[in-house]
Amino acid sequence: MAKVNYFLTEEQQMIVDLAYQIAVEKIIPVRARLDETEEFPWDIMKDLAQADLFGLYIPEQYGGLGGGCFENCLAVEQLAYGCIAVTTTFAASALGAYPIVLFGNEDQKERYLPDIASGKRLAAFGLTEAGAGSDAAGIKTTAVEDGDYWVLNGTKQWITNGGEAEIYTIIALTDKNKGARGASAFIVEKGDEGFSFGKKEKKMGLRASATRELVFNDCRIPKDRLLGRRGAGFIIAMKTLDLARPGIGAIAVGLSQAALDESVNYARQRVQFGQPIISFQAIQHMLADMATQIEASRALVYAIARTIDAGEKDISKLSAMAKLFPTDVAMKVTTDAVQILGGYGYMKEYPVEKMMRDAKILQIYEGTNQIQRNVIGQALNKEYARK
Amino acid sequence: MPENKVMNIVVCIKQVPDAESVKWDHKTGTLIRDGVKSVINPFDYHAIEAALTLKDELGAKVTAITMGPPQAEEAIREAMSMGVDEGVVVSDRAFAGSDTLATTYTLSKAIKRLGEVHAVFCGKQAIDGDTAQVGPGLAVRLGIPCVTYVSEMEVIDGGRGLRLKRMREDGFDVVEVDFPVLVTTLSTLNTPRVPSLKAKMRARKAKIPVWGASDIGADEKRIGLNGSPTKVHSTYIPKFEAKREFLEGSPEDQVDALITRLKEAGVI
Repeated sequence: MAKVNYFLTEEQQMIVDLAYQIAVEKIIPVRARLDETEEFPWDIMKDLAQADLFGLYIPEQYGGLGGGCFENCLAVEQLAYGCIAVTTTFAASALGAYPIVLFGNEDQKERYLPDIASGKRLAAFGLTEAGAGSDAAGIKTTAVEDGDYWVLNGTKQWITNGGEAEIYTIIALTDKNKGARGASAFIVEKGDEGFSFGKKEKKMGLRASATRELVFNDCRIPKDRLLGRRGAGFIIAMKTLDLARPGIGAIAVGLSQAALDESVNYARQRVQFGQPIISFQAIQHMLADMATQIEASRALVYAIARTIDAGEKDISKLSAMAKLFPTDVAMKVTTDAVQILGGYGYMKEYPVEKMMRDAKILQIYEGTNQIQRNVIGQALNKEYARK
Repeated sequence: MPENKVMNIVVCIKQVPDAESVKWDHKTGTLIRDGVKSVINPFDYHAIEAALTLKDELGAKVTAITMGPPQAEEAIREAMSMGVDEGVVVSDRAFAGSDTLATTYTLSKAIKRLGEVHAVFCGKQAIDGDTAQVGPGLAVRLGIPCVTYVSEMEVIDGGRGLRLKRMREDGFDVVEVDFPVLVTTLSTLNTPRVPSLKAKMRARKAKIPVWGASDIGADEKRIGLNGSPTKVHSTYIPKFEAKREFLEGSPEDQVDALITRLKEAGVI
């Protein structure tokens, strides 16, 4: 049966093959245990480092492979076929690294990117706070100049890789009265004076990933940790998220594909009323919708990631679409997968209940799907106003 | 290891039919090999990992070598994608029909062409032939010590040699050996690493030399069918029938008991 030809280059196919190999050999055998114990997947992070995958999106002069948004999407899609908690851990490091790749000065790039590319140090991104989720402008964490230092105070919430990562990109207010221009981005390192972590959160899904509070209590960091211009914090955050969102769409595609594979394999061998349940139209139609929506998601993510890599600048709307559609599909597909497996699907012996629990976060993190619709809607309004 | 000298490590690998895709011809009672995917012999991945571990620790050049048809270069490329530096395919129509004697002769000639070699790693056996003879036979023809069925390995004296745990039917030995040495690996020795993207890209572009009988200066009487006296009558798993007994009591009692046993056995 023909597969869709996405015209991957030989290198891109290599990325797919290698990430798939890691998913099958290293991630799938341990995913249920990691989910149960909430153990941080350090062993798999080492495999990903050995495979050079942490360097995928880092420029070659800093030890990476110089890939773009598309190459990152190809890798996370395959890793997510194994487990999205593990993949989110990997992807969160990219989210922490993108601000340095996009806005760091030469010295900052040389200091941080080689270690991130080699997988020696994980990165993380800190924007969300207790009172500032969808409304990112509501952040309260402050950074005040004090001689040769910046002094940070405040608490970031639900930070993926919190406590495990060593390099953090943090958005904090530098001029409270300047509104959108009042925030700046900073690089904070684990071990910096006044920087500590809250307890590890217990979650419905995504349990192998670490989620913690970041606590800044008169945290003093040298002046040269300011990332980009003073006042550019929100722009840096938005550009970072615009670049990262197709990756979330790709994670959703990988997860959905895994749920479909489980569903079809089960439906082919589960016998009821004297025949495999895949012979029933009720099941066939569910599977048909799942497969079609997954392929549509994949095509959307690939097309938008390639558009971004082609140098398109105004990408907020496209990037929101690349996150919105595949993640809504993933929630539906994983829910249907549990339905097709019936009672077995609800049991922990089968992987689909975990897939369904995990899928929910995709509609929430990196901007809820309601916010994605806002972004798309506002972009349409702007676009049509110009015509 | 002598200073200022690059350590040379060789890994011998073999392409075997993928066990998952092999089908059985029930009429003839033989394997259907047509259209079957070839993979690296599973035990050989552990040999590759052992060589790379040693390279990580001591610094070395690792060369993978395989004997087989020209398409065996795929196995070399896969080994290189894990971090092996170079590879050679030993291939010639004249090698066809080689038994383990001719194979070890041929491989030894190829390895000698690589120059001074400090360590050779082989999987404990190939899953198609299951002889486990190539490792030890190769060591004999290279004139170096051989430690088989190794499940643990550590470098001793800063790189002078290895301390190896050799598994036996009823226990294990711990062996210390200076380089050069040939080691055959069990799957419990290590966890093979995943390939890396950079190595994969390098492996794809690499030119893999193919050495024939004349390249390695092989004696035509010792290769292929000419050099293979083996005739297979039947295959079976040998039984291990050695007996053992623990003697107890004071050292004097044990000596007395031992002398009695030896007299009974007619040894003394």
